[in-house]
Amino acid sequence: MSFSVGLSTYLLVGAMLFSLGLYGIFAKKNVIAVLMSIELMLNAVNLNFVAFNRFLGNESVLHGFVTAVFIIVLAAAEVAVGLALVISIYRTRKSTSVDDFNWLKW
Amino acid sequence: MSAATAGSMILPFTLLAPVLAALIIVFLPKEEGKMIKIVAALGTFAALALSVYVFFAYDRAQGGMQFNLILPWTKDLGVNLAFGVDGISIPMLVLTNLIGFTAVYSSWNLDKRVKEFFVLLLILITGVMGTFIARDLFIFFLFYEIVVIPIYIMVIIWGSTKRVSKEYAGMKLTIYLLIGSAFLLVGLVALYLNAKGLNGGQGTFMFDELAKFKYDPTFQKIVFGLMAFGFGSLISMFPFHSWSPDGYAGAPTAVSMIHAGVLKKIGGYGLIRLGLMVLPVGAKFWAPVIATLAIAGVLYAAFIALAQKDLKYVVGYSSVSHMGYVLIAIAAFNVTSINGAVEMMFAHGVMSALFFSMIGFVYEKSHTRNISELGGLARQMPRLAVGFLIAGMASLGLPGTVNFIAEFTIFMGSVRAYPVLAILGIAGIIFTAAYILRTLANVLFGPRRPEWDHLKDLRGPEMVPLVVLVFVLFVTGMFPNIVYSVINSGVTHSDLSKVMETVGLAKMGGLF
Amino acid sequence: MFKEMHDLFQWAWLIPFLPFLSFLLIALVTRRSKGLSAAVSILAILSALGLAIAIGVGVIQSWNGEEFVGREAVAAANWLNIGGLKIDFGTIVDPLSAMMLFVVTLVASMVQIYSLGYMHGDRGWSRYYAYQSLFAASMLGLVISTNLLQLFIFWELVGLCSYLLIGFWYFKVSAREAAKKAFITTRVGDFGLLLGILFLYNKFGTLDFAALSNAMNTNFQDFALIGGLSYLTVMAILVFIGPIGKSGQFPLHVWLPDAMEGPTPVSALIHAATMVVAGVYLVARIYFLFEHASPAALQFVAGLGAFTAIFAATIAIAQDDIKRILAYSTLSQLGYMMFALGVGSLTASMFHLMTHAFFKALMFLGAGSVIHALHEKQNIWDMGGLWKKMPITGWTFFIGVLAISGVPPFAGFWSKDEILAAALHNGHPVIYAVGLFTAFLTAFYMSRLFFVAFTGPSKPENHPHESPWTMTLPLIILGVLSVVGGLVALPEHNFAFYVHAGELEHEAMDWALAGISVVAGLIGIGLAYTIYVRKAIAAESIVAKFPGIYRLLKNKYYVDEFYLWLIHHIMDGLAKVLYWIDLYIVDGIINGLALFTRGSARTLRRTQTGQLQTYALVFFFAVVVIYLVFAIGEGQLAALNPLAMLGGVK
Repeated sequence: MSFSVGLSTYLLVGAMLFSLGLYGIFAKKNVIAVLMSIELMLNAVNLNFVAFNRFLGNESVLHGFVTAVFIIVLAAAEVAVGLALVISIYRTRKSTSVDDFNWLKW
Repeated sequence: MSAATAGSMILPFTLLAPVLAALIIVFLPKEEGKMIKIVAALGTFAALALSVYVFFAYDRAQGGMQFNLILPWTKDLGVNLAFGVDGISIPMLVLTNLIGFTAVYSSWNLDKRVKEFFVLLLILITGVMGTFIARDLFIFFLFYEIVVIPIYIMVIIWGSTKRVSKEYAGMKLTIYLLIGSAFLLVGLVALYLNAKGLNGGQGTFMFDELAKFKYDPTFQKIVFGLMAFGFGSLISMFPFHSWSPDGYAGAPTAVSMIHAGVLKKIGGYGLIRLGLMVLPVGAKFWAPVIATLAIAGVLYAAFIALAQKDLKYVVGYSSVSHMGYVLIAIAAFNVTSINGAVEMMFAHGVMSALFFSMIGFVYEKSHTRNISELGGLARQMPRLAVGFLIAGMASLGLPGTVNFIAEFTIFMGSVRAYPVLAILGIAGIIFTAAYILRTLANVLFGPRRPEWDHLKDLRGPEMVPLVVLVFVLFVTGMFPNIVYSVINSGVTHSDLSKVMETVGLAKMGGLF
Repeated sequence: MFKEMHDLFQWAWLIPFLPFLSFLLIALVTRRSKGLSAAVSILAILSALGLAIAIGVGVIQSWNGEEFVGREAVAAANWLNIGGLKIDFGTIVDPLSAMMLFVVTLVASMVQIYSLGYMHGDRGWSRYYAYQSLFAASMLGLVISTNLLQLFIFWELVGLCSYLLIGFWYFKVSAREAAKKAFITTRVGDFGLLLGILFLYNKFGTLDFAALSNAMNTNFQDFALIGGLSYLTVMAILVFIGPIGKSGQFPLHVWLPDAMEGPTPVSALIHAATMVVAGVYLVARIYFLFEHASPAALQFVAGLGAFTAIFAATIAIAQDDIKRILAYSTLSQLGYMMFALGVGSLTASMFHLMTHAFFKALMFLGAGSVIHALHEKQNIWDMGGLWKKMPITGWTFFIGVLAISGVPPFAGFWSKDEILAAALHNGHPVIYAVGLFTAFLTAFYMSRLFFVAFTGPSKPENHPHESPWTMTLPLIILGVLSVVGGLVALPEHNFAFYVHAGELEHEAMDWALAGISVVAGLIGIGLAYTIYVRKAIAAESIVAKFPGIYRLLKNKYYVDEFYLWLIHHIMDGLAKVLYWIDLYIVDGIINGLALFTRGSARTLRRTQTGQLQTYALVFFFAVVVIYLVFAIGEGQLAALNPLAMLGGVK
């Protein structure tokens, strides 16, 4: 059985990572874990971008890579803001459970 | 016309004077209340001076749009940053700046968040002014939308809560304006697309270009209907008027002055500029409906004003009543009545600004606007009483004030088109006299009330609105040709008179 | 000669302008200085009087009974010019306006001088003189107007001055209410006048008196309009509604008695001698309209005038307030002038207007002198024996009473006689009879007033004293005029020669008729003497015999009550109903829409739980559903292959 590492492989890994992240968002109660799950999903997307660029694009096109870098930057910023919010909320509410973060409604 | 013509810079300067003042105020420290007010006064005075210059420099014999400045803005859509004035817009321009200038002085004693107040006020003035000097429908609409924002903020921060809360008043005012403008937007887009089709794919927003096309009658009826609703609710046409008394009652003095004085007039101005000039067939179709609603509004609001207890409500309903006269004049659709409609908008603007200014001072000093709690103020505040009395007399159309000229012209014009409705409307002068005199009697006259002995009469900067507005009321009232030479030039030189001939609504002469 | 006169007439605009200037001066400059204000005002009105006399002399000299150089507007300037509406302002000088100019400036001067004494020490002194000047300017402007709109403008302005002066003591509730009532009641009349003006302009394209008259003379075909009345008749009646309000004709007379709340000199000037006769003047000015209209128009004027005359006279009998008696007497005399016009004698009407101005102003000023002396007492039963204490006031008042009662040779005799003669000769016997009976009533109630207030024992609590010379001088001047004022009817080129409409009227003195009216007047005086001086018949017993009639008269036929009921129940009731509709129906719909929006929003917001993970779940499955919908919609079921979804397998 010939097994070569091709585009599908990367995409499968990406899909698994994404599903893991998704599961984390839906199921985890700790807000830090939810943030980490989001990171997982973002990285799954990054993997897809890089893979597509590598396998479908030609040498001169770098859109996928650039987008991936852009997303990394964005993710870093997002985590920074997110953690800051979490800490701030924790200080007032003494909790990091997502279930308690429900007063942003109506 | 070539789009890049240099043109006159005077209108943009007029428009920018308050903006500049607002910018300077932004950089002033907020403790400098006095300084902020002086800057605002200077900015509005500059705009007033420039618009008065435009008023006198306008070539009446030549007519048409003058002081033009046309710059292409969004070429794909055909939007031009186009400014220009003719005889119909000049009185409105002067009126805006007149009231803007006096509104600053009427807010002279304000001490809550002074900086924000004056910045918003100046933006408001700019927005209103922009609608009157825009030659492009898109720009017109843009400025109209600019107006809405400061009004809402000013009402809910600096407003007063009486019968209705200021939040309710502000919300009602804003939502009404927005609903009106939503209908207007639909009509505007439909008009644009239709004109584009008739013009072979080249879109334009210029008023005079739009007026050149012959639109399908059914299309005109629908689009004029939309605009009549939009502009009609803006000019407080019965039964879309109920925002007006509540809104004025909730708003701070300056906003009431500008709103009743000029903002409302955008409705009448729009109906003439856009409704009559661009969609004459639609206008003819809707004219009887508008005339009927107008007269219903005149009498209905006059009667309701009789039953009011709050000063601002009296003037609020009275302005609904007076706008009925403007509407029937527009519906009567002849040279005389359109002249009268524009003059009435000017006259009512000056009068209601004076009225609201005086009421503002009464409220500021006595903290009440309840008619039954006031009384005998002529003793403690003779100067204020003079202003109040003159505003009242102007409101009931006393000769010598410009309001009489306007009413007389409107009656003259509308009797030709709708004799029966006009007679009913003229009967309104009796009820107007009744509610105005009742208010004057109960507030100014009667036994002296010791609880108001501490009230100080108007002095210093507080006198500015009184002196300026009374001067304008009397001078334009005693020499009507001053204003009418401009308006008449606007009405007779524009496409309007041609339109009126072709549509044939103008019944000249003949009784009944 | 004519040339020079013409030059003089061109300065006629100065007559109203001088008082206006004085108004501006007082309002803007001298209002802090009492003496200066009065000086400016009196100087202005005296100069105007001088000019008016000069113009009057000029008119007499340049008039030959047929033609007159000043007939046309001597000066006119464009005032308003727009599409479909053009109005000029100008001045008209003719015998009619010259006479009015003289009467108005004369009475105004007298009243302003008189006020120096009467208003002494009042805190609103400067304001008073400012209003007086403004009134004089407006009234004189009205008189020299060349067209209906110009006249209407000044017409409204005199109304404003009347409002301001009635309410001069604004802190008195009664004054405030009377001022308001006067303004609104006359407004009702103005409504009709304004309609007439509008329709006339739309028909003829001009409001100029001369041009209108011309247009009606040359090929104008009158036509039926409504209810069997012709166009011009309707116009005439519409225009006449204005005078009904301004000149206090029934049923709009109610404001005039209340207007007595103003200072007494104001009542003399505005509410007796000048403003209230503006309506008569207007009808005289536009008399050609009535002549061209069907006879119904003039009959209407005559009937209403005669009714007002007798109606007001009967009320005056039962009144006790000295000023109110005079006010009802004014109403009655205005009715006289109106029916004189109605029966076709412009001359008689204008003549009576002039003499009435003299003797009624005289009596009002006399009443003011009494009120001044008695410290604001106005009930005649609180007076008595004043003749001895106040000889000048008493004598001049007596002259006024004789004049109004039509005793020869006093002024009222000549003019009243001319009116009655005109009524009979022009075929209106009923109106003549009413006029004659009114003359009797007039003599009776005026003598009653005089005997009760001036003769008999004086009341111990009163300490009257004669008024200062500023007040008695005008009384004397007006007294003299009340004696000799009627003599202008005597010479060959008499009053009728100058002031007439249409054909020159040769109304010779009819001594028989004159005798009858003199007898009627003397009976009235005699009856009053018997009841109130000799006390041969007790007034109380008459009252006791006819209690119903007395109460009806005392309460002025309950017209005021009827209006009050109308205002408080109908007008205010309607106002309240409409306000309710506005609040709960018109606004109710608006608020209903808002409530509906809010209600639906309330329901929908339940879906916002605030739970982040719920949102994420919904979001995710929504994406899946949307993908499926699009995929199925495009018929690509194959895309549902999981591997194809990942895009990898070929």
